[in-house]
Amino acid sequence: MRLKNPLCATCAALVLTLGGHNAAGADPNVLRICADPNNLPFSDASGNGLENKLAELVAREMGRTVSYVWWAQRRGFIRNTLKAGLCDVVMGVPTQYDPVATTRPYYRSSYVFVSREDRNIDVASLKDPRLRKLKIGVPLFGDDGMSAPPAHALGDQGIVGNVIGYSIYGDYRDAAPPARLIEAVERGDVELAAAWGPLAGYAALNSPVPLRVVSIENTEDFAPLQFSFDISMGVRKGDAALRQRLDDIIAHKGAEIDALLKRYGVPIASKGAR
Amino acid sequence: MLEIPSLATVVSAAAARLGIALLASAFGAHAFAQQPLDALSSDARNWPMAPRDYANTRFSALDQINAGNVSKLKLAWTFSIGADRGQEAAPLVIDGVMYVVGPYDGPRPNQVFAIDAASGELKWSYAPKPDLAAKGVACCDVVNRGLAYDNGKIFLNTLDDHMVALDAQSGKELWVTKLGDINLGETITMAPLAVKGKVLAGNSGGEMGVRGWLTAVDQASGKIVWRAYSTGPDAETLVGGDFKPHYDWMKGKDLGVATWPADHWRTGGGTVWGWLSYDPETNLVFYGTGNPGPWNANQRPGDNLWTSTVFARDVDNGHAKWAYQMSPHDLWDHDEVNENILLELEIGGALRKVLIHPGRNGYMYVMDRATGEVLSADPYDTVTVYKGVDLKTGRIAPNDALAPVLNKTVENICPAPPGAKDWQPMAWSPRTKLLYVPHQHLCANFNASEVSYIAGTPFVGATVDMYAGPGGHRGEFLAWDPVKRAKAWAITEKLPVWSGALATAGDVVFYGTMDRLFKALDAKSGQLLWQFRGPSGFIGQPVTYVGRDGVQYVAILSGVGGWPGVVANAEIDPRVRNGALGFVGATQDLPLYTVGGSTLLVFSLGDAGAPPQQPAP
Repeated sequence: MRLKNPLCATCAALVLTLGGHNAAGADPNVLRICADPNNLPFSDASGNGLENKLAELVAREMGRTVSYVWWAQRRGFIRNTLKAGLCDVVMGVPTQYDPVATTRPYYRSSYVFVSREDRNIDVASLKDPRLRKLKIGVPLFGDDGMSAPPAHALGDQGIVGNVIGYSIYGDYRDAAPPARLIEAVERGDVELAAAWGPLAGYAALNSPVPLRVVSIENTEDFAPLQFSFDISMGVRKGDAALRQRLDDIIAHKGAEIDALLKRYGVPIASKGAR
Repeated sequence: MLEIPSLATVVSAAAARLGIALLASAFGAHAFAQQPLDALSSDARNWPMAPRDYANTRFSALDQINAGNVSKLKLAWTFSIGADRGQEAAPLVIDGVMYVVGPYDGPRPNQVFAIDAASGELKWSYAPKPDLAAKGVACCDVVNRGLAYDNGKIFLNTLDDHMVALDAQSGKELWVTKLGDINLGETITMAPLAVKGKVLAGNSGGEMGVRGWLTAVDQASGKIVWRAYSTGPDAETLVGGDFKPHYDWMKGKDLGVATWPADHWRTGGGTVWGWLSYDPETNLVFYGTGNPGPWNANQRPGDNLWTSTVFARDVDNGHAKWAYQMSPHDLWDHDEVNENILLELEIGGALRKVLIHPGRNGYMYVMDRATGEVLSADPYDTVTVYKGVDLKTGRIAPNDALAPVLNKTVENICPAPPGAKDWQPMAWSPRTKLLYVPHQHLCANFNASEVSYIAGTPFVGATVDMYAGPGGHRGEFLAWDPVKRAKAWAITEKLPVWSGALATAGDVVFYGTMDRLFKALDAKSGQLLWQFRGPSGFIGQPVTYVGRDGVQYVAILSGVGGWPGVVANAEIDPRVRNGALGFVGATQDLPLYTVGGSTLLVFSLGDAGAPPQQPAP
């Protein structure tokens, strides 16, 4: 189902209203979050995303309320929001993501294969010969120097003719543009999709048809591609005090955070997973 | 001493200018006929389209300012555009009025100004109503490369995909047509071209997996007349019965589909964000398409037609007449959107109607513009990733040893992804018979190591580290002889030369540098005759014209930005070498020379030279 998102038209306006503030003049009672207003399951302008809920949890611990600067999470997102001083925390980035200073990880997930339960496709390995025959959907980034790890790994094995790319950017007028990939599985447009775990896990909770979500395995030969990533919160480089505070909250509220991740269906990868 | 020339001197000077103008058009590829825009072009006082003429020569027949007196050039007036981002636009001048457009930034994105071209007095301004979501959703830079003019109307492309027609007298909005959708990652940055009652424009956004197109819009109604996609079935790429490519490998049905796996052509790139030229004699419009997407090539085996391709299309219906793909299955982000200059050159004893395309891939292509045959293709910069162009088959030979491999760093990629030359347009002088080529001189190393994140999806991205090519300089202003197929002379520059070039009948050539110098060189020798330190780095397009006061002026926008300049104006960390897709590595020191800016600079000889406006004695 494609939902229209009337709220995203207001995103830029919200940024503009906050444009005069900078980090120094920020209200100490407010935790300013940089977020995409249209990117479920992570965040949306109604506050329904995993990262919205996490922001509320963190702000509560700090005795603050949450405010948002909305910006589509594409190239320029960090530059125009966090680095511009309009907001102070990005709730979800890969640990070691260089443009920001990252906290300790609060979860680890992996790329997964998604299929309809009723098709009974038990493919988990990147080296499964059936990948040459199945109609597979992959996320596509556009001309940005690299691709989603599974798309790249399939391409490296010459598996391309049966692979369909779904733009991660999609059509921003639609709700959660990256979700078109999972909907293609639900509809049967593709038999298998390779997707980032949290997107697939959340879709599986809400899908009209039962979905099977399995971690992608046998990824070792495709280094330096990685299929599992630690996820942290991000702050501006040099914002050590805030990062320390967030680290403490992550350490002390682990159980609550885990419960939240479970509610959103996030597949958790083991520590050693690549 | 103030020289006050007699009226007779002024008149004869004007006659001389007219004479030169006629000479120039007689020399050109075609006699400029009765069409109004052609007539405006053949009057040397005007600068009626971004490339000055349909042949894209950027040559002005004016010679009040010349090699003998250019050293006395002085600032005449200035104007603030109001948005400190990359200023790439060419000012237009028609009948003494200048029209200029700013980048998509600040309180009034893509604002248009009409200014008296002699006095600098503002006549009107127009601010399009921006799509609120545009800034968050558009991926890349926010430049605008200029306006178009025809039949009393100014045509504007906005970054958020609208084409707007304005009354040139009043600035009144006549119509607005939505050509694309910013929500799909599409933007428009190119200067439109007005021709035969239509306005042509194409889209940008290859970084977002956008499918490229060129669209013709009716000047009177604002209605779309035709659209030619760069990828997909023949019915949508407008490849049909008229299509006769010179080389066999570009012949066949639905090659815009067949040269891609599955449905990949749907997000295949081939955007159209560079220059358009037009040949009235054959009624063909010429332009190049961007690189294929996605950048990493293992997902798109095949030639990926019609990306990185030069097209010749009938301007009335958009039907392709021929095409030539410069870089089949591009590996290096080598768009081929660069300008195509239309000339007549004596080659091998015969006068040939040619198209000259300075390849982003580093080769200077001289082609037969009627057929698409490559007559010569010579490297004009350091090239390591290709081994040459086979003139029999028309195929470029990639250097397989440098093909990107996942688990190793590939070094010494030349030219780097921005190519030997990007959008910044070269000029041609029929007097010196030289091309003046502003370009960068960069190589790069590639490896996969950098953790990246888009829209909630983590991945290991390619680290692209760019650096100065052999010799240690990062830019060059090159004079190239297309008949001898050789360099005549070159000026090396510390930073990439990202501004356009201008050549005049005064045998002066102009260009600007990113470290804030606007320069005039002797067109024959390359000797530096004059330079001016501007407020911000130059990435704009110099133009020249005569104001209503009879004085020749030279104008250029100052304001660094664009792909290499974001480090100076967009708060990108200069310490992170692989920022801006690797360009930061090549321009890390730019903030030592300049910050962003937004000033139009207009120069004249003032007291020292040609006649100021004076009553006859």
